[in-house]
Formats: sequence, C-alpha cells, structure tokens
Amino acid sequence: MNRTRRGVLVLAAVMLLGAPSSPRAAETKAELAVFEAASLKDVFARLAQRFEKDRPGVKVVTNAAGSQELRAQIEHGATADVFASADRKQMEALAAQGLTVAPAIFTCNEPVVIVRPALATTVKGLVDLPRLDRIVIGTPEVPIGAYTLQILQKAAAKHGADFPARVQAKVASRELNVRQVLAKVVLGEADAGIVYRTDALTAGGKVRVVDIPPELNVIAEYPIAPVKGAPHPDLARRFIDLVTSPAGAAALREAGFSPCPRR
Amino acid sequence: MSERPDPRAGRSVLDAVLWPTAVGLASGVLVLLVALPIAGLLLTSSPGALIRALGDPMVGPALGVTASTTTVSLALIVACGTPLAWLLARHRTRAARIVETLVHLPVVLPPAVAGVALLLAFGRRGLMGPPLAALGVGLPFSRAAVVLAQAFVAAPFYVQAAIAAFRRLDPDLVLVARTLGASRPRVFFTVAVPISWPALGAGAALSWARALGEFGATLLFAGNLTGRTQTLPLAIYTALESDLRAAQSLSIVMVAVAFAVLVAVRAGTRP
Repeated sequence: MNRTRRGVLVLAAVMLLGAPSSPRAAETKAELAVFEAASLKDVFARLAQRFEKDRPGVKVVTNAAGSQELRAQIEHGATADVFASADRKQMEALAAQGLTVAPAIFTCNEPVVIVRPALATTVKGLVDLPRLDRIVIGTPEVPIGAYTLQILQKAAAKHGADFPARVQAKVASRELNVRQVLAKVVLGEADAGIVYRTDALTAGGKVRVVDIPPELNVIAEYPIAPVKGAPHPDLARRFIDLVTSPAGAAALREAGFSPCPRR
Repeated sequence: MSERPDPRAGRSVLDAVLWPTAVGLASGVLVLLVALPIAGLLLTSSPGALIRALGDPMVGPALGVTASTTTVSLALIVACGTPLAWLLARHRTRAARIVETLVHLPVVLPPAVAGVALLLAFGRRGLMGPPLAALGVGLPFSRAAVVLAQAFVAAPFYVQAAIAAFRRLDPDLVLVARTLGASRPRVFFTVAVPISWPALGAGAALSWARALGEFGATLLFAGNLTGRTQTLPLAIYTALESDLRAAQSLSIVMVAVAFAVLVAVRAGTRP
C-alpha cells in the first residue's frame, strides 16, 4: 500500500516535470548541438566547457565523427545547431542545399609524415618514404587520403615523376580514417604514415613527426557554420564567435592546428 | 454442469485467440525488424545503379579476396574445429569445459576488440611477433591476416554446432562400432561425421556467413588494400566514405551472395 502510494507520487512528479515547461525554463535548459569533425573533439570539448561556464543553463552536446558522416546526418534531418567540418567539400555540399549559412574557414590542419621512432634517422623527409617497407595512408575517399595523393603528386615535380608510384608500391594499407593510420604506426605495424599534425601530437613520443615542405603540402581548411533552421541560432552564433575568438585560436593552436596560410 | 461455466471455455479463448495473437505479434515484430532494413536496401536502389556499382573497380578484387579468404578460413575452421568438437563432446572434464568456454568467447567480443587482440598476439610487436619475425613471417596487412581474423570470429559458430551434434550422437553406436573392431579414426569418419553431417553443414554455413561479414577485426589486423586485404565489407565501408549509393549497391551484391549460399547449404544439408 505504502509502496503503491509512493509509486503514484513518483509518477505524478515525473508527469509534472515532463509537462511542457514555461518559456523561461526552456531558455535556461538549452542544449546546443555541435556537430564537429573528429579531429576537433578535444579542442571543442574544452571550448564547450568554457561556453557552458559563461552561460549557466546552457549545455553543449557534441557529436564528433567523420565530416562526411556528419554531413549525411544533417542531410537526413539530425538536429544540429553548429557544423564544423574538416573538409570544405562537405560544408559546401550542405551550403549548396541551403542547410548551412555563410560558412567561414576558422582554422587549418597540416598533414605531416609520422615515422616509428626507430626510423627517425632514416626518414628525414618525404623523399625517404620509398625506402621503407610498409607505409600506411588514408584511402582516397577520406580527406586525409585525398590530401596525401595531392601531396605525392606535387612531390613528383621535385622527386621524380615516378615518386608517387614508388611510394604507393610500399603502401600496405589504405585506412578508413586518419586515427587508424596513426594507430598502425604507433603499434609499430607500419613504418610511416601521413596524418594531420593534430593527430601526431596526440601520440606523444610514440611517433616522430617529419614536416612536409610548405610548397609540397596541401593544408586542410576547416569551415564552421550555423545550421539552417537550428533550434538555437543565437547560441550557435555565440559558440562560433568563441571558436573564432583569440581564446579559441589559442586552444586550437595548442592542439596542433595552424593558422591558415594567406592566399 | 450448466450452472457452472465450463472451465475450458476460458481456456479455449486463450488457446484459440489470445495465444496465437501474442505469438503472431511477437514473431511479426522480429521478422519486420530484419525484413524492413533489407527491403530498404533493395527498394531504394535501381537495377541501373546496381549494374554501375558492379562495374566499380573495387568490386572485382573485393569479391576475389572475399571468396578466397572465406574459403580458406572455413577450411581451417572445419579441419581443426571438427576434431576439437569431437574431443570436447566426448570429454566432460573441467578442462574441457574451460576450453569450450574459451573457444566460444569470440562470439561476445566486439570485432574491434578481436582486431586489437589479434594485433597484440600476432602483430610485429605482439606476443608472437618476434618468433614470427624470426621465421620471416609478417602477418598484419597480409591475406593470411584476413583469414586469421575471419577464423577467430567465425570458428565458435561451427564448433558450437559440432559439439551439440556430437553430443546428440547415440553413444551406443560408437560403442558398437568399436566392439565390431572399427578403429577410432574409422568410427569418427564413418559413423560420427556422416550421422552429424546436417548439423555440421548448418554450423559451417553459419560460420562462413560470419566470416563473410567480418569487418572490424579485419580492418584493424589486416588493413584495407584493394586486391590484397580489402574484402567486400571493407569495400562497402570504403565506398560509404564517398558515395552512399555505391555502398548500397555493393551491399545488395553481398546480401544476394550470402542469401544464395545459405539457401544452397540448407538445401544440401537437409536431414
């Protein structure tokens, strides 16, 4: 009997809480949905914390995945306020459909060569890659793989027309995302790979970073934009302001992102 | 008798209406859960898209890698799994039970865990890395790695089915064959295996299907290289990164292949 009554009370409470809340309550309980490229996960988590601290009652819910997956989710009607892509292609596709508004490039990420620490003395630059046994790169369908191909093509002018083919001949696997390229080198299965500087930094001392000369490199540009018809357009704008503020730039730089080269 | 209601009247409503409805509803939910996604896959595609996808340069090599690796992994599973199941079915010791549990473990492991475990065992820095390297063998990124990944995740399905089949075998048959002078190998090959054949075939089909769909462990342990380690599921995932439609068409090919083989095996092993 007592238990039943308590059950009824709990049920009533749940119903009251679940009832449509007043507009004020809705304001203080806002959930800002940020869809971000996987490489932004750690930086955005820190920025989100800061954003929440400045705005009590606002909660930032992040969804980190491949930019292509996020684009597909938004196309299929996922509720997102902000979209930050690691790739202009995905953002431009959404903008063309009117799903994002006025995207702007907010940071850049630079591909680098990573090698097993034991090979640090063997590999001084891109030119040494064909001397290795096993190279792992991204599959051309994912951004890092597409950039890798472009870098190899550019390097052909400097290192010989057959340079891309000589590197490809040593490719043991074309991974589906950049973190798997990193993992294969960290585990020592692969001798070298090409990843973003931000990924290389997360591996600490387990890989050595070899820079790619700027004239051969293809820099990844990261656009950010509010999503059209999002539930919290004002908060979305504020969040983007934070990302593009000096504080946001500092957090991005700390994670290995680089200011975009002037064109 | 007419004063009191017939107790069977209530029961007949239960038997005639409620029970069939409940069983039907519950079954329908599960059938729809499986059928709707397959229907979605098929109905939102077109024959033209399917033919274009078959022309994709990834498809041929992926089919080849898948056919060769699943054949070898299934042969490995049957060749080693049948004796193991025979052993485990006939010995009910504590050790046998422990081995049985161990062999079933991959069923509950997420594929990514299986991939990491395989790397830590057979990778260049894994447990077996140095001895393998001494023999000049490097497993990761090789086709052998694809076979190992498939065998690791698929073996339990066959072994489980084979153990159950051998346990159902009438022990007197074995005893009689032995007393009539049949050698132990002869009992195994001419009595145990032929009688258990339908169950063994079904187990092998299930095991093969699991190997066919293997993705996570292969990706981590064997990598993704067209023509060497890229199986159909990996090709589908790779296509998904650029073109959902191409991935969908490849998925239809895979569903068709799997369905055809499962139907053929069921027909061939019908008791």
